[in-house]
Amino acid sequence: MEEFLHMGGYARYVWPAYGLGLVVLCWNIWSALRLQRVALEKARRRAVIGDDAGSR
Amino acid sequence: MGTWTWFHKLASPPHFYRIAGKMIPWFAIPAALLIVFGIYGGLVRAPADYQQGDAFRIIYVHAPSAWMSLMCYSTMAIAAAVGLIWRIKLAHALAAACAPIGASFTLLALATGSLWGKPMWGTFWTWDARLTSELILFFLYLGYMALRSAFDDLTRADRASAVLALVGIVNVPIIHFSVTWWNSLHQGSTVLAKGGPKMPASMLVPLLMCLLGFTLLFAALACVRVRGEVLIRERNATWLKELEAP
Repeated sequence: MEEFLHMGGYARYVWPAYGLGLVVLCWNIWSALRLQRVALEKARRRAVIGDDAGSR
Repeated sequence: MGTWTWFHKLASPPHFYRIAGKMIPWFAIPAALLIVFGIYGGLVRAPADYQQGDAFRIIYVHAPSAWMSLMCYSTMAIAAAVGLIWRIKLAHALAAACAPIGASFTLLALATGSLWGKPMWGTFWTWDARLTSELILFFLYLGYMALRSAFDDLTRADRASAVLALVGIVNVPIIHFSVTWWNSLHQGSTVLAKGGPKMPASMLVPLLMCLLGFTLLFAALACVRVRGEVLIRERNATWLKELEAP
């Protein structure tokens, strides 16, 4: 296990690369879901007040 | 139902909204499985490289994100062209959905490349053709998004940004062929090399899994985002009520 974490001496390059990959992956999932949720809420509000020309 | 009718139906916002929603798990689940097993194969199962040791394992994040940066831009530019020529709102929605995904993976490709370059070339950055053209790609994405947000009117934002996306497409082949055209520090193609991939199967299979997994992830993310973009563009909300009805 320790040998695996050591990455043949390249640990400080390999693990940050994978860490950044995880961050970008999570950000993409979070921001896509947020965009969809916010757009749906706004569209619902427009539908309720019947304001088709409502603000973005 | 003829192809044309089918196409027209698909291009109708409510129909597309529903289809895109149904497609999400079909892209997301295989994407998750491929990425998890691909990364496991690359980090644990694949042997260390005879020249680069364990540093080569960065390829399993670096190559798929670089691939995403190019595929995403191409999709964005094609969608923008379709939107400009045939005035299809849905195409503009797709182009807008691609930009943040592409920008984030371009940044990841640059950062992981930097982390790989340091132990191999002795530097985090060099103004070499491949690196510089990829950096320009990142700025193109940023410019595209900045231009969009500069307009209050969405239709004008769609059209202006589409022109920028189309102009920037010349950069895509430049990035791809930069390692062949110029004497570059960056290594040449591994998977698409002449005479077949230059890797044993134990290294190549996890890489292909990651490449396919990231591509499917892009499809899933684009489906979620494009649904949001369609809602933003759709002023006539009657179909939304239909959508909510059981």
